[in-house]
Amino acid sequence: MSASAIVMMIIALLAVWGGLGLALLNLKRHPEAIDDEEADAVLHDGASVTPVR
Amino acid sequence: MWSGRRVFILAAIGSAVGLGNIWRFPYVAYENGGGAFIIPYLVALLTAGIPLLFLDYAIGHRFRGSPPLAMRRLHPKAEAIGWWQVGICFVIAVYYAVIIAWAGMYFIFSFTTAWGEDAAGFFTGEFLQVSDQVNLGFDFVPSVLIPLILVWGVVIAILAMGVQKGIARSSIVFMPLLLIMFLILVVQALFLEGAWTGLDAFFTPDWTRLGDSSIWVAAYGQIFFSLSVAFGIMITYSSYLRRKTDLTGSGFVVGFANSGFELLAGIGVFAALGFMAASSGVGVDEVAVSGIGLAFIAFPTIIAQAPAGVLLGVLFFGSLVFAGLTSLISIVEVIIAAVQDKLDWLRVKAALVVGIPMALISILLFPTTTGLNLLDVTDAFVNSFGIVAVALVAVVAMSAGFSALPRLREHINATSSVKLGRNWQIFIGGVTPVVLGYILIDTLTTRISEGYGGLPTWFVGVFGWGMVIALVLIAYLLSKIPWSHRSAAYEKNVHEPILDAELDASKSATDKTKGGETGLPETAASGSVAGERKNP
Repeated sequence: MSASAIVMMIIALLAVWGGLGLALLNLKRHPEAIDDEEADAVLHDGASVTPVR
Repeated sequence: MWSGRRVFILAAIGSAVGLGNIWRFPYVAYENGGGAFIIPYLVALLTAGIPLLFLDYAIGHRFRGSPPLAMRRLHPKAEAIGWWQVGICFVIAVYYAVIIAWAGMYFIFSFTTAWGEDAAGFFTGEFLQVSDQVNLGFDFVPSVLIPLILVWGVVIAILAMGVQKGIARSSIVFMPLLLIMFLILVVQALFLEGAWTGLDAFFTPDWTRLGDSSIWVAAYGQIFFSLSVAFGIMITYSSYLRRKTDLTGSGFVVGFANSGFELLAGIGVFAALGFMAASSGVGVDEVAVSGIGLAFIAFPTIIAQAPAGVLLGVLFFGSLVFAGLTSLISIVEVIIAAVQDKLDWLRVKAALVVGIPMALISILLFPTTTGLNLLDVTDAFVNSFGIVAVALVAVVAMSAGFSALPRLREHINATSSVKLGRNWQIFIGGVTPVVLGYILIDTLTTRISEGYGGLPTWFVGVFGWGMVIALVLIAYLLSKIPWSHRSAAYEKNVHEPILDAELDASKSATDKTKGGETGLPETAASGSVAGERKNP
């Protein structure tokens, strides 16, 4: 492989896989929140929430 | 409904990662500047791909429905756009399943390298028995018919099980399996003789090409087709998300994972093509192909010649099957969800009533000696004039038409970790219409002046032009069918329609004075849960 090809391979891998890594890290820093209706159900009667759209 | 965002992300990646990632991206990148392609590619990902993904998420998540319902809830006049997307999914599904069936057969053929010395002759001759006649025939080829029936059986069974039990669980199994198989495939390909010559050809940048508009169009086209945006899948999938889901955070993972897989495919495919070039003593440029030619002619040739070729074949065709299946599931889900919403049917009934007729159409038209040309034409036209056209209409409608973007941006920002600025509106309302418009007009003029693939005019007229025009007309008619009072359209949605810019602005102001989070007004307090099925 030529030097320019190797450099471009590394840049492409870093940009795309690095982007994925950052995206995953960001997601990890923001844990999933519970929805209001779920919290409500727990508060009021403890009934489970039917899966809704 | 998804049990959490993790399964949604997996299913969304499963949908985005399809055959195009494996057989389209490597060649497109190679043909358009090699290593230099990464620049327009990343620009396209960040200015069109991911913004469009967010648009779909916003529509599906805010208006909680399949494309027709979500669009109708956004604006009563937008329902037809949703049906157009459903129609496109229908057409894609019926031929896409056939390619998965082929890949399934080639998975089995790999054990014995059944194609022998002449992979091209085997594919069109012995395997597909392609007829000389270009027409619609019903001369079935059992070796395609049987695996196709199986593919449909699996897809319908998974979809009948529902969103969480069917789609989510299958993604949890298929996606890690796909990744592992593909990683082994890439590593094996890298050890083939000539692999590095292939990678050299793939990554050597041709900087002069950056000034050429065609590589920018190619980059936007690749990102657009690869991410499965703008034809309803992501609207449908995001409608099953919890309301407080981090939409942008999830979207970035999906977008970059899709590109990450594509890049991996580029490395694997060009390493293998490097081997093919080396063993036949020619340049990589002479063996580089894409699409069906790459998967069913070039790869079988490589498998027959490479050391441990059987493993290479099993991994390659196995990956195609899994990548294809998860995408096909997401495509058919759009239609099932739309029917479920409009007719208020239960899951299993909708899955069977939609799935079985689709399977029959697919089985009737494609596993025949004349199926290959039909597949070629429908694929080309539904992509160029179906997906691109509906995407263009949708972005214009959302921006200039209904001025929906500010409201949708608010909605996204209310629950997301990465906040969208005004530039998102510029990407959707400015960049994407220009790029999609250019791509549409460019293909339109080429097809009108040159026809398609040397095929007879009547054939292209009926199954190409006729089909794409019929999709628009059928969508319009379907949007005119009134919704039953029991259907989801009559359930109260938390979010009012976005009717026009002025109304929108005043609503936005009212929300702010109420002090609630703007995008999610009084969700729990109002006592009305978005899209909740009515209690009888």
